Amino acid sequence: MLAAAALLVLLAAGPGRADTGRDALREELLLSPLPAGDVAATFQFRTRWDADLQRGAVSHYRLFPKALGRLVAALGVRELHLALTQGFWRTRTWGQPPLQAPAGAELWVWFQPTVTDVDKAWKELSNILSGIFCASLNFIDSTNTVTPTASFRPLGLANGTDHHLLRYAVLPREVVCTENLTPWKKLLPCGSKAGLAVLLKAERLFHSSYHSQAVHIRPVCRDASCLAVSWELRQTLTVVFDTFSSGQGKKDWSLFKMFSRTLTDACPLASESKVYVDISPKNKEKELLEVTPPPTSVLEAVVQGDKRTYAVYDLLSPSLFNTSRSLNVQLKWKRPQESSELPVPILHAHRYVSGYGLQTGEISTLIYNTHPYRAFPVVLLETVPWYLRLYVHTLTIITKGKENKPSYIHYQPAQDRRRPHLLEMLIQLPANSVTKITIQFERALLKWTEYPPDPNHGFYVSSSVLSALVPSVIAMKDMDVEQSPLFTSLFPSSDGSSYFVRLYTEPLLVNLPTPDFSMPYNVICLTCTVVAVCYGSFYNLLTRTFHVEEPSRAGLAKRLANVIRKFRGVPPL
Amino acid sequence: MAAPLVLVVLVAVTVRAALYRSSLAAFISERVEVASPLNAWKRVVEGLALLDLGISPYSGAVFHETPLIIYLFHFVIEYAELVFMITDVLTAIALYLAIQDFNKVVFKKQKLLIELDKYAPDVAELIRTPMEMHYIPLKVALVYLLNPYTVMSCVAKSTCAINNTVLAFFILATIKGSALLSAVFLALATYQSLYPLTLFAPALLYLLQRQFIPIKLKSKSFWLYTMQYAALYLCSLVVIICLSFFLLNSWDFIPSVYGFILSVPDLTPNIGLFWYFFAEMFEHFSLFFVCVFQINVFFYTIPLAIKLKEHPVFFMFVQLAIISIFKSYPTVGDIALYMAFLPVWSHLYRFLRNIFILSCVLIACSFLFPVLWHLWIYAGSANSNFYYAITLTFNIGQILLVSDYFYAFLRREYYLTHGLHLTRQDGTEAMLVLK
Repeated sequence: MLAAAALLVLLAAGPGRADTGRDALREELLLSPLPAGDVAATFQFRTRWDADLQRGAVSHYRLFPKALGRLVAALGVRELHLALTQGFWRTRTWGQPPLQAPAGAELWVWFQPTVTDVDKAWKELSNILSGIFCASLNFIDSTNTVTPTASFRPLGLANGTDHHLLRYAVLPREVVCTENLTPWKKLLPCGSKAGLAVLLKAERLFHSSYHSQAVHIRPVCRDASCLAVSWELRQTLTVVFDTFSSGQGKKDWSLFKMFSRTLTDACPLASESKVYVDISPKNKEKELLEVTPPPTSVLEAVVQGDKRTYAVYDLLSPSLFNTSRSLNVQLKWKRPQESSELPVPILHAHRYVSGYGLQTGEISTLIYNTHPYRAFPVVLLETVPWYLRLYVHTLTIITKGKENKPSYIHYQPAQDRRRPHLLEMLIQLPANSVTKITIQFERALLKWTEYPPDPNHGFYVSSSVLSALVPSVIAMKDMDVEQSPLFTSLFPSSDGSSYFVRLYTEPLLVNLPTPDFSMPYNVICLTCTVVAVCYGSFYNLLTRTFHVEEPSRAGLAKRLANVIRKFRGVPPL
Repeated sequence: MAAPLVLVVLVAVTVRAALYRSSLAAFISERVEVASPLNAWKRVVEGLALLDLGISPYSGAVFHETPLIIYLFHFVIEYAELVFMITDVLTAIALYLAIQDFNKVVFKKQKLLIELDKYAPDVAELIRTPMEMHYIPLKVALVYLLNPYTVMSCVAKSTCAINNTVLAFFILATIKGSALLSAVFLALATYQSLYPLTLFAPALLYLLQRQFIPIKLKSKSFWLYTMQYAALYLCSLVVIICLSFFLLNSWDFIPSVYGFILSVPDLTPNIGLFWYFFAEMFEHFSLFFVCVFQINVFFYTIPLAIKLKEHPVFFMFVQLAIISIFKSYPTVGDIALYMAFLPVWSHLYRFLRNIFILSCVLIACSFLFPVLWHLWIYAGSANSNFYYAITLTFNIGQILLVSDYFYAFLRREYYLTHGLHLTRQDGTEAMLVLK
């Protein structure tokens, strides 16, 4: 019996902490009122696991979801970023985005150097993710996958960056809905039952101007000496509510108004659970707004070149739930705000398609640099499907009326039905300028089976990606990753003087000429008839010879006509 | 004869120069009837731009020209308009000289046959006189240079004009009797657009006739000459292809040019029959019908060679017409070349049955092409069926035109040997039928 007990203890302790490693969950919510009256809520759930997924020695998963862990191990994934977005982040009115994603589904993956057939692994990966997230990611194939050379650098640990290990694909037509949110929530350690995730109710989240949910997996250093690798899974969800129109003209908002839920407790598995509310004074006026209940602490940080103040609610601190069982953060504006000028973000862009008719067109991208005195370069990545044939000799880049030559240009022309166009350029944006990039294209006529079910809706061109290190006006100090993971992941800065921004432009909707879909049989018959006319005429001329006509017995019709003529007394035919 | 030709050339050059400077030049370059994915000028510029960026022009699906075109335009891109005007003029002059020589040959042959009493006694009105044949070369040059199709092709700077020049030089070399030059130009023409391969047969027949070698399958001299000509042709082709390899040090141009011509992946509308057919084709049968349509261009050669072995130049005309109608990406520039030959057969006019209606059909369709294109692509009030219908009608018009000329030619041959006034056994006037 003692031996049995010892065996039981051994079994229980066997697959114990030794090979699973420590894992930790941090959940954060950032609420920031946007200049135009909307409120942006960014959730981030960060699970960090000190285990080496690559070696495949892991069998016990605790906080890290098994589906994703097995995926990373089996397919040799080094970094994975998947975003499902509905709506478009309006940089011009909402400011620089914390984490932008293009409309539709975006997937970019860095594979390990040990992967021999990257395309095969990519295909398998997109199919597996399609199953996990109930999204049609299986439509990712070679016609919408590109290998960018400069725009997407690894965000985690990297040992050399051979860009052939990177794959990037966007499905602009993808729609995000509840069936994509549910599996995303299921990957959270507490699900949607405790902690910040209780706010994630589908009927409120999709009643918004912008909804983006993302999954990021990357390897990070375990500690300062970086001798071992930990894996970090970040699940982020950004949603923008238009409280102005739904709040009867008042810009006050509260958690209950936005999410129709309040926070009751922190997730028991989380080591940190915080809510940040951006209470930065606008135009140096303090006391303009009031936040209830009073925050646990106040944090000041320089974020995206701006000094900002945040009210912090720590859900794990016992003092928070003393007065009431639930936490409903409310923000009230003390004075009605005078309509002030919207602050213009330093970098924003706008893309549109011009031209008329279904034969040709032109894609124009306008990039604005509103910094008063600093110029900086931006990397522009454009992926255009193969059926819009780009003509790179028509590419013009004009800044302030003069031609602006890009210092690096990588162009990979499309191959029909095999791969899309890839255009990557490094463009220097002078201070306080507008740069216009135009390129002409021709629209192709596709085979009738290649059109989507509603062909006259048009074809989507995925957003172009602008990556830049934007110089900030105020010096920023490096944030410690452990202290405020939200800020380092949402607002990373490589050095104190500039911060990294990735912007996406609008997706385009382009019409293509369509054949008549009801006509395949008719077309085949008519064209074959024309070919047969030629064949018939030539056959006659080649195989027959001229003869003098022999008199033949009159046909039936002629004889009948002659009979009638005899009755009438008219000479016969 | 030189003075009228120079006058015609000057008029043609003036018309082209005027159009280059007008706003119509941009409009004409965009027309799908004039510029196809194979020979559009925009694509040549794109290919050269890709080369400047350090990318192979054949890595994408936009450029389908041969490397020799890259070689040529790399140096003369600044003078492109001049190059195209010169090519048109050279084509006209080559055709002029070729037809001049051909008329002499025809006249000599006719004289020989009259002396040998091969003709029936009452065909005096069918015999051709030098008087009537005097202006034919000039008419050929005129028809080629001032044909609206040629002018539009030149103004659009379509490389079809260069193909026409090579073919014209090939015809000139063949008629002059030089097997080497004929083989070299035919190899160049085949290298550029593949279909002139079928012109090997009429050229061979003409050269054999010129060397007085009888066309009998058992004859040793026949096979010897055929082998010589074929060897010259194939060697020139191999040399040209190897030269093209050394431009970019890759064989990428072969699938990009010949694979493209044969497999028809680009379905941009044009005046041919392929585009809509393959746009509406069931995927399962696509390969089968591509093969059928490509064989359709090549398989008329042997039967025509058997029927027209005595008349190789007419055979060449019919073959050129078949290529222009059934090639995978036809343009009006191809039509202009075979239409330039029509004055050579002007003596067949009395035997043509449908010439009026066919010319009306062709002219009406030519005017309707841009109208229905605008309605489909720009106005959105018509759809692709309208443009397709005009394509069908235009091609039927061309096919019936060529077969009408063929009929008239065969009929005249019959009359020449059997007499013009045919009587039946009972003495009444007889009808001639094709049985």
